Amino acid sequence: MVRLKFFARYAELVGQEDLELALPVPTTVAEVVRRVRAGVPGAAALPERPLTAVNLRHVRLDAPVADGDEVAFLPPLAGG
Amino acid sequence: MEGGYTTREPISPAALLALVAGPDCGATCLFLGTVRDGPEDGGVTGIEYSAYEAMAGAELDRILAEARRQWPAARVALRHRLGLVPTEEASIGIAAAAPHRADAFAACRHVIEEVKRRLPIWKKELRADGSVLWVDPQGRPAVVGPE
Repeated sequence: MVRLKFFARYAELVGQEDLELALPVPTTVAEVVRRVRAGVPGAAALPERPLTAVNLRHVRLDAPVADGDEVAFLPPLAGG
Repeated sequence: MEGGYTTREPISPAALLALVAGPDCGATCLFLGTVRDGPEDGGVTGIEYSAYEAMAGAELDRILAEARRQWPAARVALRHRLGLVPTEEASIGIAAAAPHRADAFAACRHVIEEVKRRLPIWKKELRADGSVLWVDPQGRPAVVGPE
């Protein structure tokens, strides 16, 4: 089980901020993104290569994902 | 870890300056990022800021720790406002104090640039005509962490 978080415009597209996804682990962020885009309503509109974070750290798409990890989909950053 | 970086209240420059003040510091820089009207965009009356707050706190801990390693004699304090920020009010305030001005300027500049590059915060522009728009900064490269 992986915990998913969506923010800002992505949360609007998916219709929620928090989801859980059951998938074989360990896996990669890229695989989580692929399954989310294919299986979560509204998520097909997310980019194929979004900014992502795992457990509160920016990561690349090839980063590993383990059971219980929090994977966040981050729209283009606009802080400051 | 300093924590408490975000607030829904107006940012107080005096409070930020007090956090970094000390007898060892001969130079203090204060940076304020303020919400700017965009007449060319149809008029911006305010910006609604939202954040991945847990990650923003963790990322700011890392950014400030990096600044401490690079400028050990400097002290930096930061507040980022969330929620609706009207035009002309500050969305972010950074105070940096150091024994000499070069380090104060450099540490302050470094922290705001890293905030822009790394902080999981988003903004929705409220336009004068009642429309709203998620801001998607042009040409910003994907962020892939400092490690």
